Amino acid sequence: MSRDEASQTAERVARESYGRLVAYLAARTRDVAGAEDALAEAFATALRMWPAEGVPQNPDAWLLTVARRRQTDAARRRHTRTAGEAHLQLMADEIDDAAQNPDEIPDRRLALMFACAHPAIERGMRAPLILQTILGLTAQDIASAFLISPATMGQRLVRAKGRIKDAGIPFNIPDREALPERLDAVLEAIYAAYAKGWGEIDGAGAPLAEEAIWLGRLVVSLLPTEPEAKGMLALMLYAEARRAARRDPNGAYVPLDQQNTAHWDDWQIDMAETLLREANAAGPSGRYQIEAAIQSAHVARRRAGAPTWPAIAALYDHLYGLTQSPVVALNRAAAYAELEGPDAALALLDTLAADKRMADYQPYWAARGHLAARAGRKDDAHEALILAIGLSSDEAVRQYLYKQLEALRDG
Amino acid sequence: MQYMLLIHGDEVKMNAATPAGASMSPDYAAFNEAMGKAGVIIGGERLRPTTEAVSVRVAGDKTEVLDGPYAETKEQLGGYYVIDVPDMDQAIAWAARCPAARNGTIEVRPVWPTR
Repeated sequence: MSRDEASQTAERVARESYGRLVAYLAARTRDVAGAEDALAEAFATALRMWPAEGVPQNPDAWLLTVARRRQTDAARRRHTRTAGEAHLQLMADEIDDAAQNPDEIPDRRLALMFACAHPAIERGMRAPLILQTILGLTAQDIASAFLISPATMGQRLVRAKGRIKDAGIPFNIPDREALPERLDAVLEAIYAAYAKGWGEIDGAGAPLAEEAIWLGRLVVSLLPTEPEAKGMLALMLYAEARRAARRDPNGAYVPLDQQNTAHWDDWQIDMAETLLREANAAGPSGRYQIEAAIQSAHVARRRAGAPTWPAIAALYDHLYGLTQSPVVALNRAAAYAELEGPDAALALLDTLAADKRMADYQPYWAARGHLAARAGRKDDAHEALILAIGLSSDEAVRQYLYKQLEALRDG
Repeated sequence: MQYMLLIHGDEVKMNAATPAGASMSPDYAAFNEAMGKAGVIIGGERLRPTTEAVSVRVAGDKTEVLDGPYAETKEQLGGYYVIDVPDMDQAIAWAARCPAARNGTIEVRPVWPTR
């Protein structure tokens, strides 16, 4: 076997098994960083040995065996006096058993995700932590996606892993009572990763969006009875289905209402609709189910011309009541512009104007500019569109806003 | 905290895009507006090309005056902003919006207060 083939196999195994192996190794010790180090050494050993000796029949089991040797060696060096040898031996035996029955390597990824999204972990670090521990993304990649310096991201990841270990954050799936709230934090982290990937179209965004969807699928497969997990996966798939339609052949930005629905990905939309139906059948609607339902209504409206604006506005009312989020308020105003006209929508936006976070929130100014232009308030529209351009880091979006400015001058 | 955004880029291209005397590009005008509205900007200017620059240093008792910037690099310092934002994360967010970030590099440096 060539070096290339060996590294390809190692990469494939890494993609499929990384999180599973980290989760399993870390579950007993709660030492995520130690598990990652041990696994990294195992992968390095694999890259050295597999080209010469061939890929083992069960790469997962092989990696787990090598990694656990590193891990117990390291633990023995650190804890000989504190932790009993017997306990270490027990752990090692357990992992050996698992390696011998690879189909039975327990999947602890969900428990690891719950640990990463634990309330004791800083909110903004939950998504980066999941991306690193479950998918093995580097601090550098995560830092670029989250617009943070790589050194800072590295330090924050180290600190967060330290917290899991030192604060005794448990590796388990919360019980029925605590599950909805804790699951919400996991879903929020995954969706935050998706949103980072959604914002960018041609840049480094798309791969991150794919990773987030992969995580969403993982949660649904591990918690098949939770409607909100399905709701969130549906929401991501509705958005992903429209990715290709968001640019015209010249690369220009195309808003939802002007997208060519023939460029929407039917397969992803069908999957989203199925997931949403299953989610809604299971009981009361949560935040992600409502957002997915709004996307479903947009699909019906654009594809079949169904008059779904009243439904969309009502869903946004409900969602706003649930979240009080300024982002939802913004989308809700846009929906009311279709029902009651731009002036009504601008009045809704005025309630947001006092929120300091709006000063550098690009979508707020873009929406304001668009609505003011429709309402014939040219000066307001001009000011808002200029601000939206200045706050945008996406060239296609900026060109789209320049066109709106031109139309304002000509109209 | 104050941060300096140092705009590095190919000055030949930059000067061809907006020659001296031309009005500010709409991208920069919009960026300045946005920073003003958010209340983060302390100051900033565009710099004339390095062909008009000199480098000065004193070696022993001899003062050296050289044409151009001291070090030859592919990208030249073409302008700067000083902004006041709560932390590095937000300074990076503003740097990403700077029009020059698309074809050059924005160096983000925390200001080291000495007075």
